[in-house]
Amino acid sequence: MEYCNCFESPWPADELLMKYQYISDFFIALAYFSIPLEIIYFVKKSAVFPYRWVLVQFGAFIVLCGATHLINLWTFTMHTRTVAVVMTTAKVLTAVVSCATALLLVHIIPDLLSVKTRELFLKNKAAELDREMGLIRTQEETGRHVRMLTHEIRSTLDRHTILKTTLVELGRTLGLEECALWMPTRTGLELNLSYTLRHQNPVGLTVPIQLPVINQVLNTSRAVKISPSSPVARLRPAGQYMPGEVVAVRVPLLHLSNFQIHDWPELSTKRYALMVLMLPSDSARQWHVHELELVEVVADQVAVALSHAAILEESMRARDLLMEQNVALDLARREAETAVRARNDFLAVMNHEMRTPIHAIIALSSLQQETELSPEQRLMVETILKSSNLLSTLINDVLDLSRLEDGSLQLEMETFNLRSVFKEVLNLIKPIAAVKKLYVMLNLSPDLIEHAVGDEKRLMHVLLNVVGNAIKFTKEGGISVSAFIAKPDSLRDPRAPDFFPTHSDNHYYLRVEVKDTGSGVNPQEIPKLFMKFVQSQPLAAKNSSGSGLGLAICKRFVNLMEGHIWIESDGLGRGSTVIFIVKLGIPARLNESKLPFLHKGPGNQVKLIFSGLKVVVMDDNSVGRTVTKGLLVHLGCDVLAVSSGDECVRAVSYEHKAVFLDVSMAAVDSFEVAVRIREKFSKRSDRPFIVALTGNTDRMIKENCRKVGMNGVVLKPVSVDKMRSVLSDLLEHGYLVESQ
Amino acid sequence: MEVEQLQRSFIEYTSGLFREGFLDGQFSQLQMLQDETNPDFVFEVVSLFFEDSDRLLHDLSLALDQQNVDFKKIDAHVHQFKGSSSSIGAQRVKTACIAFRSFCEEQNVEGCLGCLQQVKQEYLLVKTKLEALLRLEQQIVAAGGAIPTLNEFS
Repeated sequence: MEYCNCFESPWPADELLMKYQYISDFFIALAYFSIPLEIIYFVKKSAVFPYRWVLVQFGAFIVLCGATHLINLWTFTMHTRTVAVVMTTAKVLTAVVSCATALLLVHIIPDLLSVKTRELFLKNKAAELDREMGLIRTQEETGRHVRMLTHEIRSTLDRHTILKTTLVELGRTLGLEECALWMPTRTGLELNLSYTLRHQNPVGLTVPIQLPVINQVLNTSRAVKISPSSPVARLRPAGQYMPGEVVAVRVPLLHLSNFQIHDWPELSTKRYALMVLMLPSDSARQWHVHELELVEVVADQVAVALSHAAILEESMRARDLLMEQNVALDLARREAETAVRARNDFLAVMNHEMRTPIHAIIALSSLQQETELSPEQRLMVETILKSSNLLSTLINDVLDLSRLEDGSLQLEMETFNLRSVFKEVLNLIKPIAAVKKLYVMLNLSPDLIEHAVGDEKRLMHVLLNVVGNAIKFTKEGGISVSAFIAKPDSLRDPRAPDFFPTHSDNHYYLRVEVKDTGSGVNPQEIPKLFMKFVQSQPLAAKNSSGSGLGLAICKRFVNLMEGHIWIESDGLGRGSTVIFIVKLGIPARLNESKLPFLHKGPGNQVKLIFSGLKVVVMDDNSVGRTVTKGLLVHLGCDVLAVSSGDECVRAVSYEHKAVFLDVSMAAVDSFEVAVRIREKFSKRSDRPFIVALTGNTDRMIKENCRKVGMNGVVLKPVSVDKMRSVLSDLLEHGYLVESQ
Repeated sequence: MEVEQLQRSFIEYTSGLFREGFLDGQFSQLQMLQDETNPDFVFEVVSLFFEDSDRLLHDLSLALDQQNVDFKKIDAHVHQFKGSSSSIGAQRVKTACIAFRSFCEEQNVEGCLGCLQQVKQEYLLVKTKLEALLRLEQQIVAAGGAIPTLNEFS
């Protein structure tokens, strides 16, 4: 056994000390061995640990330290060299590992620390998100409140309910102490306290609108914090506590007229109400942004709800008004009917009652005239007779007029002889005219049909009245009566803009002009002439025996006959002309005339069918062209006359219904013209008819005409009847039934 | 009254013209076309006829005076003349024109010249008559009456 090279301990080996060292080393070793085990165990348990190999190193370091200490146990007693070697090896290894670990830790510890900071960071972030979540939730809550509020507000159309509900709900949602609404007065200069939440009866506080704080609130659409001591906020008696924060917001009051379809309301009327909200006093609460937003939204909604309520109120009011008016109108109508009935009854009675005595007077006075009378007596009786005749006429006129005005008078339509009416009227007044040495001229147009359908009696009445007036107001000269068929253009009188006569196949308008060389009429008096009971020329009235009703009745009769009557005069002393137009029917059966003159009677009807028919006439012979044109114009057509083929093709349009081509022209090839016209309108179904006019009876001409597609050939010269039947055939059949 | 007298003379004169063949039914057709909307129709057409005819006659004389007579042109003129005279109802003029045309076809200068003379004569006759008729019409209108129309005579 070799002796070890260990040093001898400086002091004597104490058994106790040795023992303690022994034990400590043992425990140290034990600890050193168990720490890595624990670490391994816990690391295995945790899922994530990035620094495994660090652990390994650490473990190794600890194990080796433990080993060192363990091996130390053997060095307390005599130990062999092997033990020393092992000890040395262990120590060396431990040294290496510990240095390595130490070096490594320099790298690792900052990393580990940064892990820590990241963890801290994440925690902060989480806290922040939590806060934000809280905020969003609050906003969501607010939104829900708004929706609910809006729903409450909009569920009613009654203004008071709307406002009350707004205040109540706002108070509830935001937990307000007081909520008030100030409405502008009619003048717009003051605000009136209209609604409050807690106070049951607002005492009618008013505040002028021009206060700076109010202006500030009204000028912005946002909710504005105002001081609790401002006049609009001083609603509660001042308590000893700190009043809570107050916010005010404007509520626009939209007018009905703002809702125009084309431009959206631009809040130009600027009427606002003021809503004031107070937080509970003595609470530390402050107005949050989201609460302010809620208030603004609600204010807008209230404005809309109020407008709807206003519109509804308005329409209800209008409807009530209409119903009232309806009732009133109904009453008025019934009263009017009663009045008319009463008048008619009165007239009917008076009619009979009045006529009887007058008849008696007239009859007896005329009888008396036949007897022997002295001149004075005769004069007296004549005066009685004249006066009673006047009275009788007056009564008749009045009764007639009242019946006319009612519309209860109806014309008695029958066929009568028109000419004889005129003759009879003139015969009636010829004696008077002869006495006054006035001439009477009658001029009846030859194209007047002898017979007409109408009310003969009334027509005669009108004529007699007019002619009688003419005679009455003429002292020298005479009167001339002319009658003819009125042309459509001349029927329109600028003085009667609503007189629109219409032509038809079985009616025509008779125009009668009665011209006199008498005293004339002042043009300003003309409108009055046809009015009832108005007499112009009060001086002349002494001589006249009219009641002023004559012309009025004439006007009524003429109107009944769907006509018009008027007077033309150049002035006082220059005579006057009375013109009237009446509608008469054409009798179905035309009587033959006894005069050797041709009447154009039948022509009138057919003329109307062709009236305005557009045609083109081509003829290079000016005489022939004029004649053909005159023929067609006479039949009522609208004629365009051309002299060359080019002009013809150019001028023909789809408006023209027929084209008449003279085929005997030397310079122009009418067949070519026809072909060109057909080409021009080849696609149209309403192309004009093409008719050839020729003086040549050659059959070749007919063949050629048919080949180029003409609708017919007519032999010249053409009579009126022939042309008429040509046009009828064209319009009816589309071709000439019998081409000659 | 004066108007009636005038109207009577008018009727007589016109009937005379028809009887003697100066005018035919076409003229009375023209008279029928005259009404209030077209009060001067007959006058217009007759004046046109006079103008046209004077020109045509002048052209015809010229053409027949040439060395080389252009029968085609002459035929065209006569055709025109025939057309206008038949449009107006100048019967005798029309008949003369028809004769003229046949000589033209034969290219007979002598015959044509003779016909031209005849046509001229007839034309001048009918022109005088028509002018007298128009004068009568004017007188009637001036006196305030209406121009009577006749039944067809031919």
